[in-house]
Amino acid sequence: MFDDVTRKRRRVLPGFGLTLGVTLLYLSLLVLLPLAGLVLKAASLSWAEFRAAAATPRALAAYRLSFGASFVAALVNAVFGLVVAWVLVRYRFPGRRLVEALVDLPFALPTAVAGITLTTLLARNGWLGKPLHALGVDVAFTPLGIVVALTFIGLPFVVRTVQPVLEEMEPDMEEASACLGASRWRTLTAVVLPQLGPALLTGFTLAFARATGEYGSIVFISGNMPMRTEIAPLLIATKLEEYDYAGAAAVATVMLGVSFVLLLAIGRLQRWSGATHRAA
Amino acid sequence: MGIVISRPGRAERAVSAAPGIRVERLTKRFGAFTAVDDVSFDIPAGELVAMLGPSGGGKSTILRIIAGLEQADGGSVWLDGLGVDHLPPRERRVGFVFQHYALFRHMTVEENIGYALRVRRVGCAERRERVAELVALMGLHGLERRYPSQLSGGQRQRVALARSLAARPRLLLLDEPFAAVDARVREELRHWLRRLHDEVHVTSIFVTHDQEEAFALADRVLLIHDGRLEQDGSPLEILDDPATEFVARFIGDVNVLDGVVRAGEATVGALRVPVARVTAVPPGERVPVRLVIRSYDLKFWRAEDGGVATVRRVITLGDRVRVEAMVDQAGPLFAQFPRRSSLLHGVAPGVRIGIEVTAARAYPLAPGARPAVPVQHREPRRTFA
Amino acid sequence: MSTPTLPGLRRRPQATTAAARARPSAPRPATTEPAPVCWALIAVALAFLGGFLILPLAVVVAEAARAGWGAYLAAITEPDAAAAVRLTLLTAAIVVPLNLVFGVAAAWAIARFEFVGKNVLVTLIDLPLAVSPVISGLLFVLMFGLNGWLGPWLEAHGVEIVFAVPGIVLATLFVTVPLVARELIPVMQAQGAAEEEASLVLGATGWQTFWHVTLPNVRWGLLYGVIVLNARAMGEFGAVSVVSGHIRGLTNTVPLHVEILYNEYRSAAAFAVASLLMALALLTLAAGALLDRRRSAAADARAAAPGAPLTATPPRAGSASSRRPASASGPGACAD
Repeated sequence: MFDDVTRKRRRVLPGFGLTLGVTLLYLSLLVLLPLAGLVLKAASLSWAEFRAAAATPRALAAYRLSFGASFVAALVNAVFGLVVAWVLVRYRFPGRRLVEALVDLPFALPTAVAGITLTTLLARNGWLGKPLHALGVDVAFTPLGIVVALTFIGLPFVVRTVQPVLEEMEPDMEEASACLGASRWRTLTAVVLPQLGPALLTGFTLAFARATGEYGSIVFISGNMPMRTEIAPLLIATKLEEYDYAGAAAVATVMLGVSFVLLLAIGRLQRWSGATHRAA
Repeated sequence: MGIVISRPGRAERAVSAAPGIRVERLTKRFGAFTAVDDVSFDIPAGELVAMLGPSGGGKSTILRIIAGLEQADGGSVWLDGLGVDHLPPRERRVGFVFQHYALFRHMTVEENIGYALRVRRVGCAERRERVAELVALMGLHGLERRYPSQLSGGQRQRVALARSLAARPRLLLLDEPFAAVDARVREELRHWLRRLHDEVHVTSIFVTHDQEEAFALADRVLLIHDGRLEQDGSPLEILDDPATEFVARFIGDVNVLDGVVRAGEATVGALRVPVARVTAVPPGERVPVRLVIRSYDLKFWRAEDGGVATVRRVITLGDRVRVEAMVDQAGPLFAQFPRRSSLLHGVAPGVRIGIEVTAARAYPLAPGARPAVPVQHREPRRTFA
Repeated sequence: MSTPTLPGLRRRPQATTAAARARPSAPRPATTEPAPVCWALIAVALAFLGGFLILPLAVVVAEAARAGWGAYLAAITEPDAAAAVRLTLLTAAIVVPLNLVFGVAAAWAIARFEFVGKNVLVTLIDLPLAVSPVISGLLFVLMFGLNGWLGPWLEAHGVEIVFAVPGIVLATLFVTVPLVARELIPVMQAQGAAEEEASLVLGATGWQTFWHVTLPNVRWGLLYGVIVLNARAMGEFGAVSVVSGHIRGLTNTVPLHVEILYNEYRSAAAFAVASLLMALALLTLAAGALLDRRRSAAADARAAAPGAPLTATPPRAGSASSRRPASASGPGACAD
């Protein structure tokens, strides 16, 4: 225990000044300075101007759509991601290793490719779009299409946060529960699920955060109709194309604020889930 | 096949007054926590010294400071008369065997052993020769091309030892060197280390929380507790003349009883001990003391009439027998006897007995001190690994 | 009470082979589900993944192949496509080394030292992953665009950044800043500094320690980080789209070229070029799966310390397998 204390205090290893200096300089030039530029641009607006740019009905509709669709997509991922993680860890079946490797596809596949692919798949003449259209459901160019694309984008997050927790889980608590007379279902809901809670919530938040900023896949599938299928990142791009820099900066500042809050929340969640995970 | 240790360079020889290591008033704090508190000692060249104490007492920190892996907040370290406080670890010429060995997992055994020479740009031929020498010394034949993950715990330990000796350090530091191997291998490794030291004679300090290990191996023991040096002496001195109550309690299986010293006699309830048999009796008319009595410094006999205690339990532990007796007007007392000892005749639960204390140690009880935990019932400290 | 038919029963409730579960004679262990439930869950998971992962891959292949082999070759070799590939390769060639060096430096500072503000720094490194790609592009337009902070000065000096290659490189740099550092930090934290300390005590300098001890120990994590970094640098769309200006043959990267083709209703050509990106993605995944086995340390780290926050790289689950030593170091003590 004492060694942990000592290990943290060491400055005996060389290179601290050099590496920290490089890190800080690089981050300042590449990340901090441009971010400051954005915030300054938004700050150059008066409050009324800012509201006029960032809180127009069109912008409000875009926020609603972005956050609403992201929330639904993250929820879908939480449910199915849990099932996928469970199946991958607990069962052996043919093709498991392939599935295991493919789960990360949405992260590796460029979003533009995902966008045109999902659109083609779900358009009225697409493999899935045609039968769905026959059933009276249109997916492409509707908010539903946006949810589908965001679900694809966020798919790995819940799986990859829940999976290691499941792998580490020792069977003794489940065995104890069974010995105490609980049914398997009751063991799962009362013993296993609560242990997965923090990781599940972390995965959900990660998927949500990623979805709120998504752009590449959405531009193709959403149809981009203002007030109906226009997401916030797209609104920023549109304002930029109209050379409305201040307006773009205002909307971007709102989104940036949300991202930042999510980032902090995720940091906390991960510490929390790390703590419960270790304690378990 | 001797290994020449510590050939001091010309510059060093100039200031090298006292070979060996000197630690002066070393202090190290981590925030509000004082890990090392004003520790000083001297170790002449060639000694094998154990740093003994409970886990978390600051032993490892002292070792790391000597190696330069940690900066002290105060005090200084002298190696062969040379102040090394401002030298980085690589210039101190100290060998360090880490608790979990820290072998380079991507290097073979011989690459590990030769590393210190490689980074010093020692020529290939010389390096090869030195590695072969150490492989022979450590009995690592046939393992040269293996990776650490392919070795047993004991083999890793020997590789770590060989690696630390390659550059002929003037001082060898071993941090809990036997904690990570199982009991059987540990025994074997102890013999190794002792033999190695007899052969190589490098000044060595090893950290351990196992007193048996310290006594079995070391010429001298530094007892460290709560960052302080409690006692510095030979194993026998520590055993027979513990400097503090902590040392007395730490070493061996002891009874701790509160009593009074008065008129040539120490009294604990009905139990009386002639003061001549009690060391470190404080002067004074009537002094409250804490008596520390080892379980093997007791004699029991069956007392038909009277007696001072009643036997409660008799437990046979292999070659020894442990007897628990209740002293009248005091607490329980434990004694240990060899299995077939004549002292055990007639000793059985419920029997009244007389007790003779053959040796005890007294420590004055500060007014308001917490009463002694009535029973110190525990096995001698062994490794917890 | 566990059935001997179950494989790999150490102390984990593991890996029920569905077939074994179906055997009626063996009593079901208390920590598994009935066979029909197993099968149902597997079916649900496979259906979900099939619909979201396999089907899109099949679409890319089918659409790319629709117009025939000749049209496919033509689509990926036409001058605009070739220019896009060149620009993408150039971008990656600049971005990967820069962010690699940054990642190693940041990981060394963060994993090996304690200092005030470390948490803030870690958050800052992760920030680009949390920011929408559009905003990432916007940052550089606001900085260097015509109406941006430095725009007028740049124009006066004839320097083009936005709607030119430097803008694309900058946006890609920004978006991929965290990838190597995120991969390395947990690996280095899990390994601890003991081997590096041993190296220093044995007489090595800082650089020797870094080259001989640190780098070999993190090589799989580092390689994986570089692969992920490369994939992202080549595939980035949103941020690059904002700063590129879509000038065909000049500032089009491969993903942007896909977009243009698609918007021009040249679907077969769009999917032909997209298939290149898909191949890159699949290669990345395959490399990741291969490296996973060698990165058990990294996987352990993740399980032990899920401390590093956020996003685009989801934590990868690794099979904790044997720590395999390097095979290729031959000649023993004298090999340098």
